[in-house]
Amino acid sequence: MDLLLLSRIQFALTIAFHYIYPPLSIGLGVILVIMEALYLVTKKPLYLTMAKFWAKIFGLTFAIGVATGVIMEFEFGTNWAAYSRYVGDVFGSALASEGIFAFFLESGFLALLLFGWDKISRPMHFFATLMVCLGAHFSAIWIVVANSWMQTPSGYHIVGEGMKARAEIVDFWAMVFNPSSMERLTHVLMGCWQAGAFLVLSISAYYLLKKQHLDFAQSSMKIALGLALAASIGQLMSGHRGALVVHQYQPAKLAAFEGHFPTGQPADMYLFGWVNEKEEKVQFGVRIPGMLSFLVHGDPQKAVTGLQAFAKEDRPPVNIVFQTYHAMIAIGLFLIFLSSAGCLLLWRNTLFESPWILRLFVWSVLGPQIANLFGWMSAEVGRQPWIVYGLLRTSEGLSRNVTAHMVLTSLILFSIIYSLLFMLFIYLLNKKIKTGPGGHGSISEEGRHRA
Amino acid sequence: MNGGPIDLNFIWFIIMGLLLSSYAVLDGFDLGVGALHLLTKTDQERRLFINSIGPVWDGNEVWLVTSAGAMFVAFPEVYATLASGFYPIVFFLLFSLLFRAIAIEFRGKEPMAWWRRMWDISFSLSSILTAFFLGIMVGNVAKGIPLNNEGEFTASLNQLFHPYAVLVGITTVALFTMHGVIYLAMKTEGALHAKIRRWSRQAIRVYILCYALMTISTLVYLPHMADKMRAHPLYFIVPLFNLLAIANIPRQMNRGKDFQAFLSSCASMFALIFLFGLGLYPNIVLSIPYPEHSLTIYNAASSEKTLGIMLIIAIIGMPFVLAYTISVYWIFRGKVRIHETSY
Repeated sequence: MDLLLLSRIQFALTIAFHYIYPPLSIGLGVILVIMEALYLVTKKPLYLTMAKFWAKIFGLTFAIGVATGVIMEFEFGTNWAAYSRYVGDVFGSALASEGIFAFFLESGFLALLLFGWDKISRPMHFFATLMVCLGAHFSAIWIVVANSWMQTPSGYHIVGEGMKARAEIVDFWAMVFNPSSMERLTHVLMGCWQAGAFLVLSISAYYLLKKQHLDFAQSSMKIALGLALAASIGQLMSGHRGALVVHQYQPAKLAAFEGHFPTGQPADMYLFGWVNEKEEKVQFGVRIPGMLSFLVHGDPQKAVTGLQAFAKEDRPPVNIVFQTYHAMIAIGLFLIFLSSAGCLLLWRNTLFESPWILRLFVWSVLGPQIANLFGWMSAEVGRQPWIVYGLLRTSEGLSRNVTAHMVLTSLILFSIIYSLLFMLFIYLLNKKIKTGPGGHGSISEEGRHRA
Repeated sequence: MNGGPIDLNFIWFIIMGLLLSSYAVLDGFDLGVGALHLLTKTDQERRLFINSIGPVWDGNEVWLVTSAGAMFVAFPEVYATLASGFYPIVFFLLFSLLFRAIAIEFRGKEPMAWWRRMWDISFSLSSILTAFFLGIMVGNVAKGIPLNNEGEFTASLNQLFHPYAVLVGITTVALFTMHGVIYLAMKTEGALHAKIRRWSRQAIRVYILCYALMTISTLVYLPHMADKMRAHPLYFIVPLFNLLAIANIPRQMNRGKDFQAFLSSCASMFALIFLFGLGLYPNIVLSIPYPEHSLTIYNAASSEKTLGIMLIIAIIGMPFVLAYTISVYWIFRGKVRIHETSY
């Protein structure tokens, strides 16, 4: 097989698998901070039980997130050496800053969060949890800055020519606050909060359906529901703002989102459809005429740049971008519906007696995960054929000294190891859920198990 | 750019050395604990081993991740050349680190004997292999690499597992094992402590043997690594200091001063990495047989502006990093005990 394709598959696989975990840690981090704060204020032991239980789930997701994240730090160099040489000056700055400002903060205070319950006072423990949560958010900031620079590069100049050309920083803050970084950061963080909130909702709803740990599950659900609703509504708004940035700086990507080929014409929005890339049109779709024009210009008659404005070799693959983008939006809308319905039923005091919505909540944990994956796919595939938009093609970023055979070998190993790891993760998560929180009895029960 | 002996490029070369030394000194002992893990037989003792590094191993590994990030930004040519050129070794290393993290996390989650044995073996083997592959990389860099004029090379496994590199790999395992055994002596008590002190004597002997072999091979086969010392005999203080530090380890262990022995072991690691850096300077990746293609601290570096910005970031960030690292070690100081939240 072809080196470029294999390298892309390997990067996609390793980053997609890694990205199951950090959003859970970021979202659960926020929930842990809320629970510990509630405990400090109210002194109700239930909040401490809650914090301790969710901290265990947090520990599991965090460990796998770190283990799979270490690999990412090296993968730019192993498979994308030419890219690394080209962007090291700029992209490397964001990555190194992530190490200095985020990873040390997280890992240092994580030890206190997981093992410090009896070593430090409760307020100190709250502080440690807050720092871990902050560290996880810093990590998101720097990595989104790095990725956004690849989407909308700024604050740099190109030095050298041909094979020796590379990007160098001229304005650090322009690099950090490049045109898309803040909009994309909000979008990513809201997605992370949704991932954490819906995990808590899912497990709590499961307990309620099983009539187990009722106080615990109801309290957890109330906290998570608030976060889920806020993040889901915020996600729609941040997504809209993000699309405006894409319209301005990456018009080919926006056109691919909606399968909009003809240029100089108003653009429609599809609810769903299938892009026929050969005939350059969307088939079997239901569309709202002029809606994309309306969303970006406030006027359904105004023209939006179409894919035909770009040479064929400068266009991203359209159908996969279209499908992942639309699936992401559909899931996002469903999550708004689900969290609003949950809040409404909670307000009418019938949430915990409505099995139909609890069943939906049990499955809802998959929603943010799939939407996050699809969102990143539409963002990254939509950037193609560029690895750094408009500057460097993905095919030019490859390690030229690595053979397809080597990449195939590592890719097969990754596939096997990550499949096993995922099964183990689900097994252990399931076990933790089955063991449950409960009072002191079941905590020391767990203690004996571990002993 | 080439402005005198102390410029940003030189400072970043030193910072890289400090980052890698900190990594070796910190993750070195927890890798060493892993290497010794299978030598103890009972579940209770194995739990004590894992929990002795429980709160700190993850933070220790961050030094490696940050070293990679710092190399990426300060010397992108080196990062790209080594990561892609050492492709198979880098992935062996990464898979070892992955298995190790999972083994530590998963071992205590089930009580079955086969489950624990499986993760015990993964933990120990992956710790040994991590140390070994790190040594293989250091050995290859010390030996020199046939870079082409694009600053690239493709090495076969045969080339990467050159005898000298294998010797450095084994020496790294021996060094981390010695470092780990001293750390365990600090963290254990009673009969286990007595047993570990007995191991420490053997571990020190094995390391001294490996170290002697490695030093002789370096002087015989890689004379370029000692060029600077021949030119400036003052540098002989460093290997002398190193020898004294190593000799001090058994002395302090015999006096029952495990912590002083640990500090000596740290000092000897810093000295060793200093010698490695001294041998390379001003190259980072020496190209042999085409020395004109070597990656130096100048031709492999990022722009002066970026090196300056990142120096400011490091100066802002590092005091915080040191503060949390020291706090965590302080809070979890003393002999290790098993609690309900332990692994």
